[in-house]
Amino acid sequence: MATLEIDRVRKAYGNMEVLKEVSISIGSGDFLVLLGPSGCGKSTLLNMIAGLEGITAGQIRIDGDVVNDLSPKDRDIAMVFQSYALYPTMTVRQNIEFGMKIRGVPPAERDKATREAAELLQMAHLLDRRPSQLSGGQRQRVAMGRALVRHPKLFLFDEPLSNLDAKLRVDMRTEIKRLHQRLGTTIVYVTHDQIEAMTLATRVAVMKDGIVQHLDEPQVVYDRPANVYVARFVGSPAMNIIPGRLIEGAAGPELEMDQPDGGKSRISGVAVSEDARRQYAGKPVLVGIRPEGFSVAEPGQQAVQAAIEVVEPTGPDTLAMFTLGGVEVIARLAPRTAHAGQTARLAVEMAKVVLFDPQTEIRID
Amino acid sequence: MASEYGSAARSRMIGRAFIYGSLVLLAALYLMPLWVMITTSLKSLDEIYGGSFIGLPQAVTFEAWGKAWSQACIGTACTGLKPYFINSLMMVVPAVLLSTGIGALNGYVLTKWRFRGANLVFGLILFGCFLPFQAVLLPMAQVLGKLGLSGTIPGLVLVHTVYGICFTTLFFRNYFVTIPDELTKAAQIDGAGFFRIFFSIMLPAALPIMVVSCIWQFTQIWNDFLFGVSFTAGESSPVTVALNNVVNVTMGRKQYNVDMAAAMIAALPTLVVYVVAGRYFVRGLTAGAVKG
Repeated sequence: MATLEIDRVRKAYGNMEVLKEVSISIGSGDFLVLLGPSGCGKSTLLNMIAGLEGITAGQIRIDGDVVNDLSPKDRDIAMVFQSYALYPTMTVRQNIEFGMKIRGVPPAERDKATREAAELLQMAHLLDRRPSQLSGGQRQRVAMGRALVRHPKLFLFDEPLSNLDAKLRVDMRTEIKRLHQRLGTTIVYVTHDQIEAMTLATRVAVMKDGIVQHLDEPQVVYDRPANVYVARFVGSPAMNIIPGRLIEGAAGPELEMDQPDGGKSRISGVAVSEDARRQYAGKPVLVGIRPEGFSVAEPGQQAVQAAIEVVEPTGPDTLAMFTLGGVEVIARLAPRTAHAGQTARLAVEMAKVVLFDPQTEIRID
Repeated sequence: MASEYGSAARSRMIGRAFIYGSLVLLAALYLMPLWVMITTSLKSLDEIYGGSFIGLPQAVTFEAWGKAWSQACIGTACTGLKPYFINSLMMVVPAVLLSTGIGALNGYVLTKWRFRGANLVFGLILFGCFLPFQAVLLPMAQVLGKLGLSGTIPGLVLVHTVYGICFTTLFFRNYFVTIPDELTKAAQIDGAGFFRIFFSIMLPAALPIMVVSCIWQFTQIWNDFLFGVSFTAGESSPVTVALNNVVNVTMGRKQYNVDMAAAMIAALPTLVVYVVAGRYFVRGLTAGAVKG
């Protein structure tokens, strides 16, 4: 249990800047997910927290203590790796006990801690096997067990689920969440999978090109993404970003979007501040609407015209593709409510609509 | 139909017979010198001079082996190969262990603790593999002289160790490259230091390549003649040099049976190593291609 503060941290290899002034601060018991595509610097940041990579500038503090110059073993952390990194020639028990042995934990205590971890992760029957005799999921458990017995201040996970098959990944995800709820340890977790980020995190930091784009609770990141990049990265299918205009209508600000047949769709009731309303009146904006923000309109409800091109039934709902504002738009509708070739009237949940500046791509409030 | 099928089967059988026949013939040809050596070493001298060279011995006798081991004359001393065989052992064991150990450490540093210029250093070490023996002889003789190791077995150990490091480094470096770096990182977080990681994690994982390195070094060093003849003299010679002397010293009739027995004795250790550890050699050379 510890707090973690990353304070204006930079990382450069020669002239190449991998991290540009990253600042993240999380409280005790938080589950921070660093989310981003490969090459965004998230793994580098994790390695810096672990002490496996040097810090070019800035400070990393664990529980208020600056750890910049501490070696990994003195930071009171444990880490789970993507490839699990189990010692191949040691049994599961030896793998788990290795760290304790080095720190001079007496055998009786080692044994107790190993048994506790094995029980917690339901792998007591695996203790005498070697890593090569285990399945992917079992190796993952062992890697977590090895981290658990340290009772560290901070758990670090580096894409721990990306080597597992789809079903196992979901199971282990739940298990990690359960573990976090039971132990309440502070966790930093790196992934490129936005669903893992959404399901696990108490705080998500979406990263791109060495910059934190958005740091907040997952639901906030999902509902009110800081910019177009975050909006597109989080959520599947991605948020629709539709070019449109903010105009002054009779009853307040309205959004106008081009229809493919040359007509205009107009919807009112957009939530926008007075300042933004003045600044963007009559100007182009990017309209962000989640697929589930659309629904088949009731008679009399305001709607956009959607000439549906393709439908993809997924079971619980149906994805409908149509063109609006010159881009392809996806709507998540109730099953059997839309058909290809049909022109539907789709209502938009205005409270969930987010606007972005077309130049800076930053959210307009 | 049936007859056609039968003729196809027959022609395939003839093909098979031809292939196996050729293989047996070539194998026999290849093994002929060994055959001659073994049979000759088991014959008495009279039988050799009286009969054929290739035939089986009429009366098997190990007299020539005994002579070669303890009585044959090397130069003026008639001590047999025994002391020189021991010399070779005293040279080969430390040289193999040292060169393999240093190679393992080099490979570990070059892959898991990479430093600026690591690739250049590896390239230069690799270059050593292609350095001809002859180029090393004179400078090495000077170095040994300055160190006071001229003409001694420790001197030979040093020469073989230094010369072997290039190969062993190559072996271990290429093996450790296939071991994920995350293993080192995990061990660092567990609190292990440089040598702890090396001895507890990397070396146990490198067993196959260790066998390869040991066999390779053992064969190279045991069979070496040039360094032995250049840097030692007289009593401190390795067995290869002594063998040459045994064969070249003749008093009266040339003792073919003793020469052959001596050659067999000198070659035996490498043969034994191959027979005992040969399959690990092949396994080790192909290991690393598939991650465990």
